[in-house]
Amino acid sequence: MRAPDTQPGLEDPAGEAPVVRVRGLVNRFGAQIVHDGLSLEVRPNEIFGVVGGSGTGKSVLLHSILGLRQPQAGTVEIFGRDIRELSPAEQLAMSRRYGVTFQNGALISSLTVAQNIQLPLREAYSLPEDVLDEMVQLNLSLVGLAPDAAGKYPAQLSGGMVKRAALARALSLEPKLLFLDEPTSGLDPISAADFDALLLYLRAELKLTVVMITHDLDSIFRTCNRVGVIVEGHMVTDTLAGILENSTPWIHEYFHGPRARGALEAAHG
Amino acid sequence: MDALALHRDGESWRLELRGDWSLQAMERINRDLEALASPISGRVVCDWARVEHPGLGPIWALLTRLADLGAGRLEVRHEGNPPPTVELLRKLQLELCTSHGKRAVALPMHEGAIARLGRWTVLQGTEAQRLLAFFGRIAAVLGEGLRHLRMLRLRSIVRHVQETGVSAIPIVSLIAFLISVVVAYLGAQQLARFGATIFVVDLVTIAVLREMGVLLTAIIVAGRSGSAFAAEIGVMQLNEETDALRAMGLNPIELLVVPRVLGLIIALPCLTIVADAMGLAGGGLLSLVQLHIPLTQFTIRLREALSPTTFWAGLVKAPVFALLIGMVGAYRGLQVRESARELGRLTTMAVVQSIFLVILADAFFAVLFEQINF
Repeated sequence: MRAPDTQPGLEDPAGEAPVVRVRGLVNRFGAQIVHDGLSLEVRPNEIFGVVGGSGTGKSVLLHSILGLRQPQAGTVEIFGRDIRELSPAEQLAMSRRYGVTFQNGALISSLTVAQNIQLPLREAYSLPEDVLDEMVQLNLSLVGLAPDAAGKYPAQLSGGMVKRAALARALSLEPKLLFLDEPTSGLDPISAADFDALLLYLRAELKLTVVMITHDLDSIFRTCNRVGVIVEGHMVTDTLAGILENSTPWIHEYFHGPRARGALEAAHG
Repeated sequence: MDALALHRDGESWRLELRGDWSLQAMERINRDLEALASPISGRVVCDWARVEHPGLGPIWALLTRLADLGAGRLEVRHEGNPPPTVELLRKLQLELCTSHGKRAVALPMHEGAIARLGRWTVLQGTEAQRLLAFFGRIAAVLGEGLRHLRMLRLRSIVRHVQETGVSAIPIVSLIAFLISVVVAYLGAQQLARFGATIFVVDLVTIAVLREMGVLLTAIIVAGRSGSAFAAEIGVMQLNEETDALRAMGLNPIELLVVPRVLGLIIALPCLTIVADAMGLAGGGLLSLVQLHIPLTQFTIRLREALSPTTFWAGLVKAPVFALLIGMVGAYRGLQVRESARELGRLTTMAVVQSIFLVILADAFFAVLFEQINF
């Protein structure tokens, strides 16, 4: 058993079966080729950062993994199961084993935060109301939201609270795998740093595996164990230390630009 | 009780937990927790040795139940290799209790019927005021636009004439045709009893030209375009596009509302003429097929039935109806705030209210024309 608090990038989880495995993924929109045989593996209990320039298909990759989009070619396995070979019932069971947050939170706007968190629970189990309320308390506490957020509607929340509430909803079925699409975008640096800390804390305490699409260099340096960079339709995957050594022009520029240097110093200084 | 068992153990209590403690088993675990009725005090030892797959939800429920039972004065210890999350959740719950006192999920308050009635009454008053103010703002832009024609945005108006007018021609034609066939058919049955079937022509002509042509068209357009206005502008509100326009020094009324209203004011009279023509065609066809009145006789009778004002009495109403539909649609669209549900509610409201206002205005016109013999 590994200690939960090891520094990102320092552990070696080799030998364990990957939680998510994508092989030979091809996505095209008309003549535009987004993914051209993209492959990646996400190992248990790591935070895997997905990085790429605008329009390189980060969100398309996420949609392909979640089965929201049918790729032109390639296979996607989650927990060792090919998602295309699942029966509808198995698909439902599978989708209950992971949690997802979308870029803008995607909280259902006509429901309160409490009702949003209860939504997957109500669908999956038949629990009495007071237990459902307790579960709301639990998930709000986990993501560090005050209990009075429960009765509010998404439109009444600040950007940071929306991100946290979305995470609370994603956690409500106690998944072991989380997909986060730009969880810190649009947050002030303090909230973003809090979110990073929260993510590290949840990963350590709940043994979560996290796949995170992000542009936030601070967040990458602080939380990610490994990073996958989408370059020209392929994915270059390495540990953070390895990716910093990479000489591919785009990757080098991304991780050695003026903003990256500052973020790196902040994370390790 | 299969998820837990409580034993007296000398001075303290021993809570033996066993079996599946994952979220899947939550229902059963909760039942057993509820059944823990006896008031326990002093010290409780939770034994986790025989628990499989402990999940967050059940652990949280256990901690909550123990806190409730002991009124917070219970000394709880965990033994038998408890899952590490127990300590995490215990801390979270402690924070929750100390910082917020009572654990309670705040739900939105429900109002009494009288309070709602009062709120509704006040709302209706302010609504009427606001709609009038909105009309004033449109009129102001129009007045300004008469001096600076560029402000009226011809391109945009043309697009709205296309969307609200040209593309509505098939459905308006079909409905006008069918309704006038129905009216002529039913009228013919009644008039045949007096041997006055030729008056079907008068019936169809006057009904279609004065009332039905314009009213049906207005109702169809309210359903098609009134809702489209509200939804388009509503989504722009949700995306903060209207705020962006204001911030750039542009007036959303001038950019979004006036072109739509003007487009509709041009399109609706044209559609009315189409509906009138199709209605007369429907009446003529039925007369020919059912009543054996040849088309030449139909047209001769039609001219006799028409007074010079019949056609205009229908047509002059069209721009007024267009103004009402466009204004209400745009007004409701601009009221959308915050959520998808608001968008749906206000779009529905736009259609219902514009149809209501159209019919109200039609009644007003009927009385007016009667008074002035138009």
